[in-house]
Amino acid sequence: MSLGILSLIVAVLAATGFFLGRRFALAKVAGDARRLHSLPGYYGQTVFLFSAVPAFLVLGLWLLIQPLVVENHVAGMITPADIPEGSSVSLVMSDVRRIAEGIERVVSEGRMTEAELAAHDDIRGELASAGVALGNDVRPAVVEAARSYRDMSATGSLAMSVLVLALALAGMAFALRRISPEFRARNVTETFVRYLLIAASTVAILTTIGIVLSLVFETVHFFRLYPASKFFFNTVWNPQFRGGSDLGIWPLLWGTMYVSVIALLVSVPVGIFAAIYLAEYASKKVRAVAKPLIEILAGIPTIVYGLFALITVGPILRDFFAQPLGLGSSSSSVMTAGLVMGIMLIPFVSSLSDDIINAVPQSLRDGSYGLGATQSETVKQVILPAALPGIVGAILLAASRAIGETMIVVLGAGAAAKMSLNPFDAMTTVTVKIVSQLTGDTEFASPETLVAFALGLTLFVFTLGLNILALYIVRKYREQYE
Amino acid sequence: MTAESTNTGLSLYKTDARTKRRNAAEKRFRIYGMLAVGFGVLALIVLLTSVLGTGAGSFRQTFLTMPVALDAAALDKKGNRDPAEMAKVTTIGYQKILEKALIAELTEQKLIPEGMSTKDIGGLISKEAPAQLRNKVLANPDLVGQTISFRALANGRIDGYFKGRVTMESAALDSNVSPAQLELVDKMRGANLLGLGFNWGFVFDPDASELRPEAAGLGVAILGSLYMMIIVLVLSLPLGVAASIYLEEFAPTNRWTDLIEVNIANLAAVPSIVFGILGLAVFINFANMPQSSPLVGGLVLTLMTLPTIIIATRAALKAVPPSIKDAALGVGASKTQTVFHHVLPLAMPGILTGTIIGLAQALGETAPLLLIGMVAFVRDYPGAPPEGFLDPASALPVQVYNFTQRADPAFIERASGAIIVLLVFLLTMNILAIILRRRFERRW
Repeated sequence: MSLGILSLIVAVLAATGFFLGRRFALAKVAGDARRLHSLPGYYGQTVFLFSAVPAFLVLGLWLLIQPLVVENHVAGMITPADIPEGSSVSLVMSDVRRIAEGIERVVSEGRMTEAELAAHDDIRGELASAGVALGNDVRPAVVEAARSYRDMSATGSLAMSVLVLALALAGMAFALRRISPEFRARNVTETFVRYLLIAASTVAILTTIGIVLSLVFETVHFFRLYPASKFFFNTVWNPQFRGGSDLGIWPLLWGTMYVSVIALLVSVPVGIFAAIYLAEYASKKVRAVAKPLIEILAGIPTIVYGLFALITVGPILRDFFAQPLGLGSSSSSVMTAGLVMGIMLIPFVSSLSDDIINAVPQSLRDGSYGLGATQSETVKQVILPAALPGIVGAILLAASRAIGETMIVVLGAGAAAKMSLNPFDAMTTVTVKIVSQLTGDTEFASPETLVAFALGLTLFVFTLGLNILALYIVRKYREQYE
Repeated sequence: MTAESTNTGLSLYKTDARTKRRNAAEKRFRIYGMLAVGFGVLALIVLLTSVLGTGAGSFRQTFLTMPVALDAAALDKKGNRDPAEMAKVTTIGYQKILEKALIAELTEQKLIPEGMSTKDIGGLISKEAPAQLRNKVLANPDLVGQTISFRALANGRIDGYFKGRVTMESAALDSNVSPAQLELVDKMRGANLLGLGFNWGFVFDPDASELRPEAAGLGVAILGSLYMMIIVLVLSLPLGVAASIYLEEFAPTNRWTDLIEVNIANLAAVPSIVFGILGLAVFINFANMPQSSPLVGGLVLTLMTLPTIIIATRAALKAVPPSIKDAALGVGASKTQTVFHHVLPLAMPGILTGTIIGLAQALGETAPLLLIGMVAFVRDYPGAPPEGFLDPASALPVQVYNFTQRADPAFIERASGAIIVLLVFLLTMNILAIILRRRFERRW
């Protein structure tokens, strides 16, 4: 039974439960709703919730767990002798999955029954004609594993369908039996709903746990294959396909920092001056036009900035600055990426600063003007000091964006991992290398791939630290005006 | 006071040096501010014009329009118009027919230059055109034996010549196109055999191989993005609203609630690529979901969008005045009834606005999708949902990235064109959000 149909049946059952529950409750009091504890709809809702929620919960869990159990069992059937030279368990397992899929297709097209296919000597050719191409020769044990993979999956889905439907019916029966005029249906529904709300709010925590666990788990795995000391203290980044790579993080950190510093050098002055002008000087009309225009910059996807760096900014910088000055001939450079990222960060700095400057009370300005200060003196000596913690927070948030930014540096900064001072050199960053190591063709369990998780963890720790620091500064030094 | 003591040279009418200096500083400061705002606005304009300017060309494409005689002897040897048998004729067969038709047309118009080989003339037609003709014939076998007017895609270099990317000088150095071919093209343009037309294929066709930029389209990417947005909407709206209602209306102030709040604030600032790593590790490696499927992409983007939606929803819930809640509680509604019957409907416009903005963010996100395998070259449209959610697909921003990774400069135009499509979608969503806000926003 397909998943869609199963879900549909459960939904229909639950909806029927709603009407049954309502009808039942009214029947108990001969149609006189006043004698019920709750409104009749609530009796229906209890039945609906008790039949739908547990069934869908089990459905979700089963879908998550079944593949794990099946994989584990089938992987156990494959002995080391079945794994060809230069292959690995995960590659053989993916063969198993594809063969199972191929058998499914052959059988469903009605060309052969399963038993015929198993006895067939050219299973590879037969599968290829069904559109499943297999690389090397298929060993009998692998075919056997694929068959039991398919059988277990089929049994599993059947068991799941039966269990889910039974659960839905059982929940419905349980809720229907409880209905009586004294049954506090509203309270039960509300408690049930409240637990659902709590469950929804834990998704945020589960996400964080998922991020931390997946990063830490694979990083530990990486450090087992590659010494941590070399990762943290080696200054060479040179991954090799055949092993023996140098995976020092320093060139990547250097590139990340260099790009971020340039980006902040662009965005911080421009952002703060723009915020000051818009908040203190600009007429209402100018503000109404300029502020949304600058904020559009924040809504443009980063891939657009990346392309801008690639086709416009990079060539301009190369032709008009780098080559005449003899500083290099690469259109992707730290400068390109930094400049474009700086433009992207302007609205982050300016809108936060704008809010904070606006929050400084008018009385402070009036006091300053009353003493004879000009407008700019007021801004420099009264407003900025009052708004400083918020502005620093905004800058730190912009810095954390800059460190974690990916597409601009992938398209604008280049891929060469080196530590150079020349801003027109192509360098690379942590995020670029995460992308290139995880989208390559290398085997997953190799240090060259797993290093991406260590880089991800570094990135996560850095940005988290910056965010927490920003929050702390904003909270601690915030002026409270009454 | 005597006249002398006041006469120190200070006058209200004559500004002294110090005042001048202060006024000059004031003026400078103001100019810095204007420059900063100007820089921001200018950057936006340059960014948009550069991308729009490069990309506009991809919506117009060079086509050869000519009558094509579909020879029954070549296409349907047995003559029974059975599509299954006709499918045995490969694109090579159709290529010959197109070449023949082009040469016939050129001979009739007396345009064939001295000594140009058949191969060079056939090279004007895109390698994708025979496949398109084949699909057309297989879809309608009765066309065989007739002469139809066919609009064939021109080769990418010819298209580049029309758009100024390829010149006579560059053609002389290019092994894929010769100046002689371009001269022929000029003559054909005069004879109205060849010209630019609107390129629907760019929006609806799937991606094409590296060597055929003229045929590359966004169909699969748009469909993939649409599927992901459906998943994000279906999952993140209920989850986000439920979480916000709990945190805003029911949660007691304790450590647990604090933990959730700090978590949400942090998730909003975690770099998007980290969510990609999460998706790779949890959804693909642990739960064994299929790579590059819209389902995995949708789940990753859901987790990313959730904080945005929660923050917007909580602001909307907070904006509902307490007097409405008090009134509901006062006439005997329970807490849950108050929230679901009164607060939530009043907060709905704000929630929807936040959701649309969250969706727009998710639509433009690239980095996490690269990690879950969406970079793969996908030519087949994903199936209809729900099974189609598991088929491999691409996404609009990832398609842009893919185009930029290819050698032929024609793909830069395609990448910018894809961005125009993406920006049109984003603009529509944002305008929708603004309209919702204007129409339904209430101030108390």
